[in-house]
Amino acid sequence: MSGTLLEVRGLRTVFHLADGAWAAVDGVDLEVARGEVLGLVGESGSGKTVTGFSIVGLVDPPGEVIAGEVRFAGEDLRRASGERLRQLRGDRIAMIFQDPLMTLNPVLTIGEQMAEAVLEHGGGDEAAALAMAAEALGRVGISSAAARLSQYPHEFSGGMRQRVAIATALLNKPDLIIADEPTTALDVTIQGQILFEMQKLARETGAALIWITHDLTVVAELADRVAVMYAGRIVEAGSVVDVLDGPRHPYTRGLLDSVPDEARRGERLPQIDGMAPRLDTRPAGCAFAPRCQRASKRCRAEDPPETVEAGRRFRCHHPLARGDAR
Amino acid sequence: MSAAPVRAGDDTPLRLRVLRRLRRQPTAKGALVVLAAIVAFALVGPFLVPQNPYDLTAINVMDNRLPPGSKGMAGFTFWLGTDAQGRDLLSAILYGLRTSLFVGLAATAGALAVGVTVGLTAAQFGGRVDALLMRVVDFILGFPSILVALVLLASIGRGVDKVILAIVVVQWANYARLMRAAALVERRKEYIEAAVNQGLPTAYIMRAHLLPNSIGSVLVVATVSIAGAITLEATLSFLGVGVPVTEPSLGLLIANGFEFLLSGEYWISLFPGLALLALILSINVVGERLRRSFDSHRQ
Repeated sequence: MSGTLLEVRGLRTVFHLADGAWAAVDGVDLEVARGEVLGLVGESGSGKTVTGFSIVGLVDPPGEVIAGEVRFAGEDLRRASGERLRQLRGDRIAMIFQDPLMTLNPVLTIGEQMAEAVLEHGGGDEAAALAMAAEALGRVGISSAAARLSQYPHEFSGGMRQRVAIATALLNKPDLIIADEPTTALDVTIQGQILFEMQKLARETGAALIWITHDLTVVAELADRVAVMYAGRIVEAGSVVDVLDGPRHPYTRGLLDSVPDEARRGERLPQIDGMAPRLDTRPAGCAFAPRCQRASKRCRAEDPPETVEAGRRFRCHHPLARGDAR
Repeated sequence: MSAAPVRAGDDTPLRLRVLRRLRRQPTAKGALVVLAAIVAFALVGPFLVPQNPYDLTAINVMDNRLPPGSKGMAGFTFWLGTDAQGRDLLSAILYGLRTSLFVGLAATAGALAVGVTVGLTAAQFGGRVDALLMRVVDFILGFPSILVALVLLASIGRGVDKVILAIVVVQWANYARLMRAAALVERRKEYIEAAVNQGLPTAYIMRAHLLPNSIGSVLVVATVSIAGAITLEATLSFLGVGVPVTEPSLGLLIANGFEFLLSGEYWISLFPGLALLALILSINVVGERLRRSFDSHRQ
């Protein structure tokens, strides 16, 4: 189960605002193989969610994908017709949204909402679709799934609703799942269970998974590879072991340092000073330079090119040395 | 207003809660009873009344313009008097109520269907489609409805179906505008995006997701608008361009007695007028009550 399933090259998504077009995604390259889990990590506003939406062609005005190539199983999705994209969505490509409370229609039962995707993509009759829905609910840890199908969204808790959303995404056994922080609202045990299920699913069915999150501990648990986004760009990417154990980009280092752990109990948690730059106030040169302790004059003037090295890549003029623990 | 706040976690379905709150209001309760009685009479009345007022063999011209309570040639009492042709007014009013109610309901249903479709389409597709449809709506709403209906009926002639058509033409635009506003709000919600993301066809999303979630407020407005449709029909019939004389509505009955009003024969216009008043008033009170219950529920 190998071979690249999704390949994104030079993806640029801009938002047309009153004072011009601002790039939320600024030349992103990504690839995911079948059966692989890619963690897409970044702070709020780094462009990770917009990247996910751009891949499936769900960017609404004022946003617009203006450049790049999105190859899914050899097919260029940016050139695909709206009808073709519609066929792929919910069938071959599934997306799980951030907000668990809002993704369900309040006037339809859970069963109706889950079955409609199966029926639309040619899944036989309604009884079979409902059976599939019940099975998918079971997989995300919802008990008495069959009875639950006839209930309405308001009868479910927030965590349950998010699990329904995840189960819906799994229904048609998609090749690619893009999950946008889907476990943020769940408690740790359920989160663990769902991460385990997703990992198993990727292994068993060969589905590729892009897991968008700000939580590095989730990435460490779940992903095979990780891409760190900052200000619309991927600043560092590589295997989870390489990147999390020996980050080359100071931003990745900063993110890792701000994860609480046992060893530093009682101490003040290190944090990255300042905020991620807004869309319209990105500095010239390296976007991270204003918050970076290693930044030099060159960083403020010159955009760092991408360095490719031993299966990983990063954008930094002054990368941390390999194996540099702190 | 004594509407009690809805308890959090109340499992009672919305429609039951609205009905329950409706019953708690004495005025609304009274209006609901009156409305129910009027509708019931309109439905079964023709089987109860002594005379079919439009069967020429059943009426006697000798009985014309008898005051309320008189006994006629056929031997029964005209409780509300007779009109210029000798028709029993009570019978005529019950028959007229049927026509008025039918026209009001049919026209509202028609206007609702057209308006909801147009509003939903405008909200879903946006851009040029939206701009074009809404300019048409603005254009229609720019004219006084009575004027448009008059011109229309003057050119296509009288008839129950034509009155319904005229009312649909002047009223659909209201629903279109309301529906568009409600659907625009609903369309931005994430479950719609989730449905798009499921790869569901646009038409299906509009019908199964957008429509049921945004039609509520439009339906409530429609209940009040039934009264408006009935009034408009009565006005048109009074002006002589509405329903034909063979199927008179309340408006036509009022018009029939109009010329005798100043000669003391008040009953020919007054009783149909009171029936119309009771009908409109009860619909308005009930509809208004519904609207308020619905609004406070939404908050």
